Amino acid sequence: MAQELATFTRPLAKDASSALSTEDLRVHYGAKEALHGVSLNFERHKITSLIGASGSGKSTYLRSLNRMNDTIATAQITGKIMYRNVNINLPQVDVYEVRKHIGMVFQRPNPFSKSIRDNITFALERRGLKDRQKLAEIVEQTLKQASLWEQVKDDLDKSALALSGGQQQRLCIARALAMKPDILLMDEPASALDPISTANIETTMQELKKDYTIIIVTHNMQQASRISDYTAFFHMGQMIEFDQTRRIFTRPQVQLTENYVSGHFG
Amino acid sequence: MDPIAKSLKSTSVSAKIERRGKLITQLCTMVIVLLVIAIFAFIASKGVAIFGQDHGSVLDFFTKTTWNPDKQDAYHRPLIGALPMIVGSFAVTLLSVIVATPFALAAAIFMVEISPKSGKKFLQPVIELLVGIPSVVYGFIGLVVIVPSVQKIAGGSGFGILAGSLVLFVMILPTITSMSVDALKAVPRYYREASLALGATRWQTTYKVVLRAGAPGIMTAVIFGMSRAFGEALAVQMVIGNAILMPTNLASPATTLTSILTMNVGNTIMGTTANNALWTLALLLLLMSLIFNIIIKYLAKRGELK
Amino acid sequence: MNPKRTDKIATTIIYVMATTIVVILIALLLYIFFAGIKTINWHFLTGAAKSFQAGGGIGAQLFNSLYLLVLSMLISLPLALGIAIYLSEYASAQKVAALIRSMIEVLSSLPSIVVGLFGFLVFVINFHLQFSILSGALTLTIFNLPLLVRGIEDALQTVSNSQREAGLALGLSKWETVTHVIIPECLPGIITGVILAAGRVFGEAAALIYTAGQSAPPLNFSNWNILSLTSPLNPFRPAETLAVHIWKVNSEGLIPDATAVSAGSSLVLVVVVLIFNILARYLGNKLYKRLTGE
Repeated sequence: MAQELATFTRPLAKDASSALSTEDLRVHYGAKEALHGVSLNFERHKITSLIGASGSGKSTYLRSLNRMNDTIATAQITGKIMYRNVNINLPQVDVYEVRKHIGMVFQRPNPFSKSIRDNITFALERRGLKDRQKLAEIVEQTLKQASLWEQVKDDLDKSALALSGGQQQRLCIARALAMKPDILLMDEPASALDPISTANIETTMQELKKDYTIIIVTHNMQQASRISDYTAFFHMGQMIEFDQTRRIFTRPQVQLTENYVSGHFG
Repeated sequence: MDPIAKSLKSTSVSAKIERRGKLITQLCTMVIVLLVIAIFAFIASKGVAIFGQDHGSVLDFFTKTTWNPDKQDAYHRPLIGALPMIVGSFAVTLLSVIVATPFALAAAIFMVEISPKSGKKFLQPVIELLVGIPSVVYGFIGLVVIVPSVQKIAGGSGFGILAGSLVLFVMILPTITSMSVDALKAVPRYYREASLALGATRWQTTYKVVLRAGAPGIMTAVIFGMSRAFGEALAVQMVIGNAILMPTNLASPATTLTSILTMNVGNTIMGTTANNALWTLALLLLLMSLIFNIIIKYLAKRGELK
Repeated sequence: MNPKRTDKIATTIIYVMATTIVVILIALLLYIFFAGIKTINWHFLTGAAKSFQAGGGIGAQLFNSLYLLVLSMLISLPLALGIAIYLSEYASAQKVAALIRSMIEVLSSLPSIVVGLFGFLVFVINFHLQFSILSGALTLTIFNLPLLVRGIEDALQTVSNSQREAGLALGLSKWETVTHVIIPECLPGIITGVILAAGRVFGEAAALIYTAGQSAPPLNFSNWNILSLTSPLNPFRPAETLAVHIWKVNSEGLIPDATAVSAGSSLVLVVVVLIFNILARYLGNKLYKRLTGE
């Protein structure tokens, strides 16, 4: 049984501050349990990778953190998600507020079919920010953070759909940053992109790390080892091992992790 | 306390907008649900009045042939023999479906099996245009073209079940065709490939494999056509002759449920026996359309199980 | 008989039958065109109808048809949008959604004369609206709703789910995402659905005979007092539409030129419906191009 697998979780250092943590987080789709009780702690202003084979539960876990799984009618999420000392997995917590502070970038770039500028300002305007000067500043600032400003600064009124895939994904990052989140969840953000775009996104993430806590799902182990400070390995709905990235890739404590990172399966 | 933590526990603008938006859509949906319930409730309550307050006989309604609700028989029951209309409605419906189905199937086979390209180019727009022509236009053309032709060939006045069926044939043809096309398209490609690989000709494949696999869908298409034919009012009313008589032949004036309703609702006074009798015809139409619907649902379920 | 021969014969028969259908449509259209074109002139399109003599026009009827169409769309479009959004975005319980869809299907398959009689009973008599544009528009709404809901729902479904997730992930409500992202994106599709429904509504007569009425009081187009009987905008006046007019002149036969008037009216009706269809097709293509990113 999955529950009996050996697991290992290294606690964060004593002086590290936690941005987000989960306790015994479980996800059921109907009667089937897709995620078996995951407890993890994410350090502030660090990048944590979630790795594992397809169907290992890593994406399900990530989508629970900003309660995107709420949109699936059959999904039931139990356990605690602690953010700023609030368990945000309670029904009385405002999901819209949660998603504002915990932003998300998806696997496939999904810009709105609006102009580049409107992609970034749309949600802000909906939340009542009308000051054009302020909006223009945010557009510039977030596009710079996402390393897209130089390429699009003269075409802000052009449709976002005219951008290349890599540019679209960076626009989506800028769009998420415009909401001034604390935490950025990224669900395989480079899997639909070419190697050059991927490298660009990775550089961008290293820059963002200064101000944001990033949790990224990836199926690409090189990527995880290149960019992240911590790595969690998922297998069949269970979190098997959580440790500093270099330890996971050099001296994993659990045999399953060793098998996975050395390419014996998955 | 941390302002962000506090905001998480209060209700955001988004949450309020969401609640309001969802409520709006629920109210709209309530309207249509209530509308459907109201239609059934109103027409059912008006439709049974003839059997209650006017002491009409249900048996008479379905078996007698004299329709004269103002008059009473020896038992003081109104004369509400609706058989001529019922027979007329079924006759035009069945006849038009019998003529239309082979044409519709031929068109569907042409568009799916024989020549999808020219099918899409010529037949598809033709079918769409035929759907678009309003039913009074069909009725008018029936009146000036089909009725005189029937008169020439069959004698009599030309008005009658044959003229009605011919008009309906053109009207339901596009319905049956486009739904049959969907049914044939839903048959997996490998069925055909398997059959052709065994050396069967295209016609053998179409006839023995594709039409059989698509049968539930084709049946649904035919029932849809019937439902449309049964409920069509004006086009039929204009060419059928509107005589409340049992039809003796295809070219003798007859009538249908819809025709009698179209003609007479305006000539009767609400609440009178004559008026109540008409609402019973409307109820019968409503129930028939429900029955067609249930058959279609049943066929769809059977198609899924396969 | 040998299978090859059978195949040939069957194919030939199918060709003949398919061609027959095309020929029927062409003959229909040609007939409508040549029978109608003789009657059509400016006087016919704008003049008043005559009750007993020849030479009447269809001006009021044409206006009534358009006015009724606009009014019923004004009532039914917001409702249909709400219902379609509910079914496509909110109805999370599958059974409830399936039940509501079944009800809408039943509604769409009701004979239009039955819908008309319900409108007569409820709007004309119980609500005391008399034979009026308003009664007609409300009745057409019943007829119109299922068509619109289906069209709009189909259009909403063409937009990728990732757009919905994008909005939600920014902390926006589903309602804002749908109204500001999803609907603008599939607007051509929605308009296509609306125009197709408009074509059906424009030609509808059976549902109107006992609701909008069978008489068209002469209109005075300079009268803007909407409560006056001769004002074109008065929603409480009886209003025979073009389709009802065709039916009426034929079934009553009081005017000597009934055939010519019907032929002219039929041509106008078919041309308007054709324009609607072409417009819908054009917009549909435009949406397709936009969604496939060309």
